[in-house]
Amino acid sequence: MKMIPVSTRINGDEREFLCAPDETLLDVLRDRLGLTGSKEGCGTGDCGACSVMLNGRLVCSCLVLAAESEGAEVETIEGMAEGQVLHPLQRVFIEKAALQCGICTPGILVAAKALLEKNPDPSETEIRYWLAGNLCRCTGYDKIIRAVQEAAAEIRRLQP
Amino acid sequence: MKYVRPDSYEAASALLGEETGIARILSGGTDVLVQMRSEVVEPSLIIDLKHLDGMREIVTEDGGFRIGAAVSGAQLAEHEALCAAWPGVVEAAGLIGSSQIQSRASLAGNLCNGSPAADSVPAMVAAGAVARVFGAEGFRDVPVAEIPAGPGKTNLKKGEFLISIYLPARPERAGDAYLRFIPRTEMDIAVCSAGINLVTGEDGTCTEARVALGAVAPTVILVEDAASALIGSKLDDGALKGLAAAVEAACRPIGDKRGTVEFRTKTAGVLARRAAEIAYQRAGAKR
Ligand SMILES: Cc1cc2nc3c(=O)[nH]c(=O)nc-3n(C[C@H](O)[C@H](O)[C@H](O)COP(=O)(O)OP(=O)(O)OC[C@H]3O[C@@H](n4cnc5c(N)ncnc54)[C@H](O)[C@@H]3O)c2cc1C
Ligand code: FES
Ligand code: FES
Repeated sequence: MKMIPVSTRINGDEREFLCAPDETLLDVLRDRLGLTGSKEGCGTGDCGACSVMLNGRLVCSCLVLAAESEGAEVETIEGMAEGQVLHPLQRVFIEKAALQCGICTPGILVAAKALLEKNPDPSETEIRYWLAGNLCRCTGYDKIIRAVQEAAAEIRRLQP
Repeated sequence: MKYVRPDSYEAASALLGEETGIARILSGGTDVLVQMRSEVVEPSLIIDLKHLDGMREIVTEDGGFRIGAAVSGAQLAEHEALCAAWPGVVEAAGLIGSSQIQSRASLAGNLCNGSPAADSVPAMVAAGAVARVFGAEGFRDVPVAEIPAGPGKTNLKKGEFLISIYLPARPERAGDAYLRFIPRTEMDIAVCSAGINLVTGEDGTCTEARVALGAVAPTVILVEDAASALIGSKLDDGALKGLAAAVEAACRPIGDKRGTVEFRTKTAGVLARRAAEIAYQRAGAKR
């Protein structure tokens, strides 16, 4: 298979890589670029563990061909904290024990951040629907929903 | 497998026409990549057209809306004028998958994937949507209802693909709605579904109607008898019973663990009734 050269920006940094035409963005992030924060749960768009932002939109990176990301802006969980300072969502998830095994967590954080950027004060129902594509087999979701609500309230207080 | 981003529609059509293996146009990839991954379809050529002019845009045209073939569900939901004119179509597209899927899934992909349960398709057929198809001889306009040929199959010829879908201008007092039945509240495939589009006169009498059903036949079906049951009525109980009876008569579903033939048939009638009442209310008509 002929390899395809791709240049993108990932978490603000210019990144160039070669990929096979049938390789997914998730595979490139994990296996070629060492960004293993995005997880593979299913590979078919059902679990959301691979969630990343592509040109400002939340997508399953397992359903994007790496070649499609030519010229694109990609944001992954690795870009969420500012240096050593965790994003409020990340910190509240730890404080409120909104994770157990943690496999779903990077995807849920990326998805929740995307929600709060669109809608800073979502209702519980809105959070549950928005996160319907992020499966968690451990927590039973309640702690996740409450952590998102609490982080949202904190972000609203910080940015009046 | 090759991945190509041609620089024109003509080049894309030529590539599709020449390909001897399996070729796939890539829009949002939410069907294509799943099928590749599960080895249901192993394409030798993927053609990505999303960068071409108009593919990702919604433009108004003659009072209606021209929706580029790669426009995502999220883009539809963000377009206020489109949501106001065609709420049923936008809601149907909005039912497809999760937030992640909505960022990518297109109407054209939903249609051309050929699933009898595709959610946006009955709503588009009820709306009288028209697909603009590009091929070796340039473009032609084809009613969306004529694109599906059977499960996984379309009537597109070799070398042809969709460049946009057109939703026509709305007269006054028009409304549309789409409902599906799924055993869960989110993230599931329709067991059966109904799309209704209607126009009423000043006194609330239904003057035009289109009724389309999903997942109860090998393709979407437009049920004229069901529309006739509504036309001339104010959607009184008798008209709605007539609608449900005509819908049930048109159903030819499969039966499987997700729904028996009887269940799908009965439920399609109930959904059509409910969708008709929503569409009627949206048309602003009071009984
Ligand atoms: C988790 C998940 C949940 C889903 N839930 C639903 C659901 O609830 N309801 C539902 O209806 N579907 C659902 N789907 C299926 C899928 O998301 C939809 O069918 C979607 O609309 C496909 O659009 P796409 O742009 O991603 O298509 P693609 O995957 O890019 O393409 C789909 C098919 O259409 C063809 N095609 C694409 N664009 C064109 C074009 N311009 N011209 C000609 N052919 C073209 C492709 O070659 C392919 O055969 C789901 C999928 C996933 C992964
Ligand atoms: S790995 Fe992408 S959705 Fe599950
Ligand atoms: S914490 Fe284990 S899957 Fe969510």
